[in-house]
Amino acid sequence: MAKVLMKGNEAIAEAAIKAGCTHYFGYPITPQNQIPEYMSKRMPQVGGTFIQAESEVSAINMVYGAAGAGARAMTSSSSPGISLKQEGLSYIACAQLPCVVVNMIRSGPGLGGILPSQGDYFQATKGGGHGDYHLVVLAPSGVQEAADLVAEAFDIADEYRIPVMILGDGMIGQMMEPVEFKKHEGRELPEKTWAANGWKNKNHARRVVNSLYIEAEAMEEVNRQLQEKYAEITKKETRVQEFMTEDADYIIAAFGTTARIAKNAALKAREMGIKVGVIRPITLWPFPAEAFAQAAEHVKGILCVEMNTGQMVEDVKLSVNGKVPVEFYGTTGGFVPTPAAVVDALEKLKEGK
Amino acid sequence: MTEQIILAGFGGQGVLLAGQIIAYAGMNEGKNVSWLPSYGPEMRGGTANCNVVVSDEEVGSPVVVEADCLIVMNRPSLEKYEKDLKPGGLLLLDSDLIEIEPTRSDIKVIKVPANSLAEQAGSIKAANMVMLGAYNACAHVVQNKTIIECLEKIMGEKKAHLIPMNEQALELGAQAAK
Repeated sequence: MAKVLMKGNEAIAEAAIKAGCTHYFGYPITPQNQIPEYMSKRMPQVGGTFIQAESEVSAINMVYGAAGAGARAMTSSSSPGISLKQEGLSYIACAQLPCVVVNMIRSGPGLGGILPSQGDYFQATKGGGHGDYHLVVLAPSGVQEAADLVAEAFDIADEYRIPVMILGDGMIGQMMEPVEFKKHEGRELPEKTWAANGWKNKNHARRVVNSLYIEAEAMEEVNRQLQEKYAEITKKETRVQEFMTEDADYIIAAFGTTARIAKNAALKAREMGIKVGVIRPITLWPFPAEAFAQAAEHVKGILCVEMNTGQMVEDVKLSVNGKVPVEFYGTTGGFVPTPAAVVDALEKLKEGK
Repeated sequence: MTEQIILAGFGGQGVLLAGQIIAYAGMNEGKNVSWLPSYGPEMRGGTANCNVVVSDEEVGSPVVVEADCLIVMNRPSLEKYEKDLKPGGLLLLDSDLIEIEPTRSDIKVIKVPANSLAEQAGSIKAANMVMLGAYNACAHVVQNKTIIECLEKIMGEKKAHLIPMNEQALELGAQAAK
């Protein structure tokens, strides 16, 4: 298929439809509005369901219901809207249902602004809602990758019965880049023998979707299952991209759109004679700790660059465990770091300031 | 080759579309491209801008900070973005609407009376195409033929009758830039 020029939001929506998403529920908020807009047009064309819910809380609970019945379901929103969905996400995580949630982060806290930010890293990777759970969090750094990861997201969700989040920002959502909807080599997925989709023939045991476990033993068992699943996902699904790291003296750690600025900064630093590479986590949870631990064996320092006041930097520090200095450079408010400012921060790290 | 462009003007002048056409044409010629708009609470008459990158390499940051070319169609845009042009860069300005002079002396300036040329082509709405024609005559980032093909695709059958007028606007812009 030929390449088309598309906004990140539109590409994500089309990729979801191509991945067999049949149910979309959402509520409008900038900068992700092109997703529900696109879905409202496309879903009826493919016999799917589009509902503009009366609120984000409602939309995530519609996802809960559709996912419980075995459908490939999805919702999308931006920071304040994602906050409203947290209760539902915790329920879905506990009920062990698959779904895909897109968060195009806007600057915050509060209602904040509509410009790009990465301020929801903690919320996305540390659970977000109540209880001991994780989402798988995928952070694309371009439109093509966003489309590719959506297909992966649905597969990961179905394989492990877990909610998967695509974490982007206003830049990923609004930017246009060429995208090609390649044929997705899907994985072999287990049959949804748990889906509560009717009991007409009564030829199987009753299926119950639930997140209430009053007895301590039952609740503990659910937690044990979840942790076992998280360990397996960490082993099998961790993804990371390394850029010019082989001979690097310094590493920039960055995800999503910021990683692209980091690459420019690394090239610029190399022109100045500083050997810099970039480690870009593609899965923010599970975090590619091993890649940083290995880098710490041969580099002199790591600079973490984010569009927030320092969130992923904590995971980078945990990964290198004090072996090399880890410094942070960040911007907030919707400002995107410039390569020049990142190079300045690198020079400071180099001089040990 | 990596060409980084900022296009800016009033909302409604078509700077976003002109930028999209550059990106679209670049993509159709097999190059790597990105188009990043200003978005959100923008309105007709407010300011609008976009960053376009066309490159033989993978596009790094889609945010343009050292532009090879700046295309401005109103005075606030000139005042705001003149500093973002790299030394020796190309500034194209709509001289019908911008009555002030650029402050920098280390850049190449081309003044294009875009509004009058657009009217001459048939519609003042084609001022963005005049600027695009002027730009491509200077930068040669894509072929004119590819631009026309993209226009045909974007406009579709319904607006196909507007193609000749847009072609003329592109041509008048190209001549003005010479």
